[in-house]
Amino acid sequence: MSTGNEMLLEKLQANFNEVEPPLSHQEAFEEASRCLYCYDAPCITACPTGIEIPSFIKKIASDNLLGSARKIMEANPVGASCARVCPTEELCEGACVLNGSTQPIMIGKLQRYATDWAIHNEKVLFKSGKPNGKSVGVIGGGPAGLSAARELGLMGYGVTIYEAEEEAGGLDTYGIVSFRLPKRVSFWEVDQVKQVGVDIRTNTRVGRDVSLEELKENHDAVILSVGMSDVPMLGIEGEELNGVHDAIEFVKQTKSGQLSQAFAGKKGVVIGAGNTAIDGATCAVRLGAENMKILYRRSEKEMTAYDFEYEFAKQDGVEFRWLTAPKRLIGDEAGNVCAIECEKMELGEADADGRRRPMPIPDSTFTLEVDFVIKAIGQTRYTDLLEQFNIHHDGGVVTLNDDRFETSVNNVFSCGDVIFGKGQGEAMVVTASEQGKQTAYQVHEKLSGLQAESTA
Amino acid sequence: MYTNVAGIKSPNPFWLASAPPTNSGYQVQRAFEAGWGGAVWKTLGEPIINTSSRFAAVSFNGQRVAGFNNIELITDRPLEVNLREIEETKLRFPDHAIIASLMVEPEQEKWHEIVKRVEAVGVDGLELNFGCPHGMAERGMGAASGQVPELVEKQTYWVKEVAQTPVIVKLTPNITDITVTAESAVQGGADAVSMINTINSLAGVDIHTWNTVPNVDGKGAHGGYCGPAVKPIALNMVAECARNPSINVPISGIGGIGDWQNTVEFMLMGASGVQVCTAAMHHGFSIVEDMIDGLSNYLDEKGIGSVQEIIGKTVPKYSDWGDMDLNYQTVARINNDVCINCNKCHIACEDTAHQCIDMLKGEDGEPILQVREEECVGCNLCSIVCPVDGAIDMIEKDNNLPPLSWNTRQNAINAKSLANS
Ligand SMILES: Cc1cc2nc3c(=O)[nH]c(=O)nc-3n(C[C@H](O)[C@H](O)[C@H](O)COP(=O)(O)OP(=O)(O)OC[C@H]3O[C@@H](n4cnc5c(N)ncnc54)[C@H](O)[C@@H]3O)c2cc1C
Ligand SMILES: Cc1cc2nc3c(=O)[nH]c(=O)nc-3n(C[C@H](O)[C@H](O)[C@H](O)COP(=O)(O)O)c2cc1C
Ligand code: SF4
Ligand code: SF4
Ligand code: SF4
Repeated sequence: MSTGNEMLLEKLQANFNEVEPPLSHQEAFEEASRCLYCYDAPCITACPTGIEIPSFIKKIASDNLLGSARKIMEANPVGASCARVCPTEELCEGACVLNGSTQPIMIGKLQRYATDWAIHNEKVLFKSGKPNGKSVGVIGGGPAGLSAARELGLMGYGVTIYEAEEEAGGLDTYGIVSFRLPKRVSFWEVDQVKQVGVDIRTNTRVGRDVSLEELKENHDAVILSVGMSDVPMLGIEGEELNGVHDAIEFVKQTKSGQLSQAFAGKKGVVIGAGNTAIDGATCAVRLGAENMKILYRRSEKEMTAYDFEYEFAKQDGVEFRWLTAPKRLIGDEAGNVCAIECEKMELGEADADGRRRPMPIPDSTFTLEVDFVIKAIGQTRYTDLLEQFNIHHDGGVVTLNDDRFETSVNNVFSCGDVIFGKGQGEAMVVTASEQGKQTAYQVHEKLSGLQAESTA
Repeated sequence: MYTNVAGIKSPNPFWLASAPPTNSGYQVQRAFEAGWGGAVWKTLGEPIINTSSRFAAVSFNGQRVAGFNNIELITDRPLEVNLREIEETKLRFPDHAIIASLMVEPEQEKWHEIVKRVEAVGVDGLELNFGCPHGMAERGMGAASGQVPELVEKQTYWVKEVAQTPVIVKLTPNITDITVTAESAVQGGADAVSMINTINSLAGVDIHTWNTVPNVDGKGAHGGYCGPAVKPIALNMVAECARNPSINVPISGIGGIGDWQNTVEFMLMGASGVQVCTAAMHHGFSIVEDMIDGLSNYLDEKGIGSVQEIIGKTVPKYSDWGDMDLNYQTVARINNDVCINCNKCHIACEDTAHQCIDMLKGEDGEPILQVREEECVGCNLCSIVCPVDGAIDMIEKDNNLPPLSWNTRQNAINAKSLANS
């Protein structure tokens, strides 16, 4: 019995190994040699963090991998994760001039090649700056917080990150599936941030274990980069049944401790069709689920998942049910979910954000048998926390003063997913990283400005 | 396709050069089966001992064997064995050309003896190896004798004293002016010249071990360079000989030839046929299939009946710098619909030419590259670095000035000062 279990576990674990193979030395060299080394290259402009792409690629071709990794990480403190999770065809690779003639350069894979080399060889890329006597507290150690902290560390600030989870890295560590982004990559990036003198206090939730007031007292400035929270309630009957999961929590379980063997051979549905829904569905498939369906109340066209994610799910055998909305979750006597009642939809008029509103088709109700349900209809906001901190917000999205990443509270700055929405940025690792950097510069400008005033 | 170099006939102009591909009967017969028209047997002489680790190559941007370097000497097999295999091969392939490459010490009897022995087994011609730049040269043979015009002439003369078959003299490029040694060969009675042998070279240094590349147990010595990288050097040497009226014998072109296009270039520049070594070593004998096929399609398309008709057609167009029209002008023109906006032309012209390509924005903000034609000197640099075919044209600019070369200009000035004096 136990050996059977071990075998299953081993099999499941193999399912969670990184899917994309790395480039071999030769492949990397040949691909790097193909890069034209454009002048004023459009790929650089298309990278939110402005990595000097031709330069890091040239360094791969000249076998200067240390220099290459440093070029990447200099511009993007989470450049190793980005190499794996960026929608490159919409960013750098989409802008590569070779789209106009042959095939774009595989920038993401080359970036992974250089950073993998640095990870493998345990390279420390940066040293902390000369201490300037000032200190900054960062709330949340995801991509945005890490990036801000790294930049400030380089400038000589004493930085402390307060992180609620056991490990830093945010969604890179817990939210993006292992088979696309293994935890060790995120941990290496966290380590690089520690190397510039940043102190990371994990298992420390601000607002519970330590108050904002304390942080404001102990630091010259505070950066709020807590990201977003759980998946919201569907608001339908049966949501409290056993076997109904929050997609983000579901993925997180696959990245912490032992893999669950409870899904092997089971049937499940995912509600929603963003990247989180896809990650939830593919994780379930890899946990051995026999059948996974994604239910979405709009059509394929309105789906928000990236193309590569959509393709990936299809390859994993995930089925898509478009124009299908859940009406009710049905449980058995033991309180376990056993079916889901759905309704077919059609698209009506476009609503405020330009997407056509789905309308139920009368008498189109049907029932699907399921063993578990994953909810993936977006993420809620840390509205309570913002209220508690007295930070102005619009439906949980932090309101910023101008373009300076400063909130309504003096010397409290904010970046990353927590400011995403209402026209501000995009929820991507790479934008969180860039915002973190820019926030660090704004903090520096403000604090050094203050310094000038007080010495005057 | 039928080819005749100074009386040596072959079904096509493609010969394997004297080198590892022609080391044995087995190899030459395989080559003939694959389609090669002729083979110059690996140089015969007193058998030698080769070093272990002999070759090295230069890669460029991931392209392997852009240039090839060797420290191999002549054949290391006994003469009798080679002669027996030559005879066998000739019997099996009577219509293919087998040329014996020879190298002995610069003594009359030695040359007489070897010539008689190889002709006795039925070779179609002889090639005197005055070109090997390493090893043999240290013993006074190969390039060492090929660099001294008198020795070239004298040894050719000795061979001609007894030779019944046509004699080709293979020249070394390791000299200042190849026409001097070519002329000496002609003086000595050569029926043809072939060029080039390999160029003195050191392929590289291993930056980690600090050893030379290649090295033999930590020690290196210069080798000979060949392959695609040497083609322009070889082509010029062929051309210089072809346009020199004193070198009135056929030329067998060698150096960096790897496809039918290279072959056409060498033949247009005056070669009667070509020899190939590195390309065969890189890809095997089968490359000759496309060489024959491509050449034949090329000739058909141009309506040319025989490959012999293209020999030397570009020679009259090759002259001296002083004869070129200084008033002729071209300028670069960029086709923005083909351009992929890599901006390489801009930075090349800006940093290293004449600062005349502007990066502009079109009506819809789309990037546009534009040449300020008044300032363009027509150097070609932008069109060379441009990665897309057809994005930059070099176009002729009519400036209404009459042709004027440096030589005519100087003559006119001289005539004027003469008249004034
Ligand atoms: C399932 C999923 C898949 C995704 N896939 C991709 C992808 O493929 N490519 C891509 O570019 N983006 C992807 N994203 C988006 C991306 O992960 C986020 O945009 C990015 O992580 C935002 O970074 P952040 O630092 O703002 O927030 P987070 O990564 O969420 O980090 C916030 C951190 O703050 C901590 N925290 C929260 N509250 C507190 C508190 N009160 N006190 C202390 N610490 C606190 C959290 O524990 C967390 O570590 C995905 C997101 C999800 C959910
Ligand atoms: C490994 C090697 C060995 C060679 N040996 C000889 C030789 O024995 N005799 C000779 O005349 N040329 C020799 N050559 C020179 C070739 O015949 C030829 O002239 C030269 O390689 C240029 O042609 P390629 O660019 O097609 O290789 C040798 C070349 C190589 C690479
Ligand atoms: S646009 Fe493409 S070819 Fe040009 S530098 Fe960037 S990656 Fe290289
Ligand atoms: S031909 Fe030379 S000078 Fe003219 S635009 Fe090109 S690079 Fe500049
Ligand atoms: S080098 Fe060629 S492709 Fe590149 S910008 Fe210039 S014209 Fe366009």
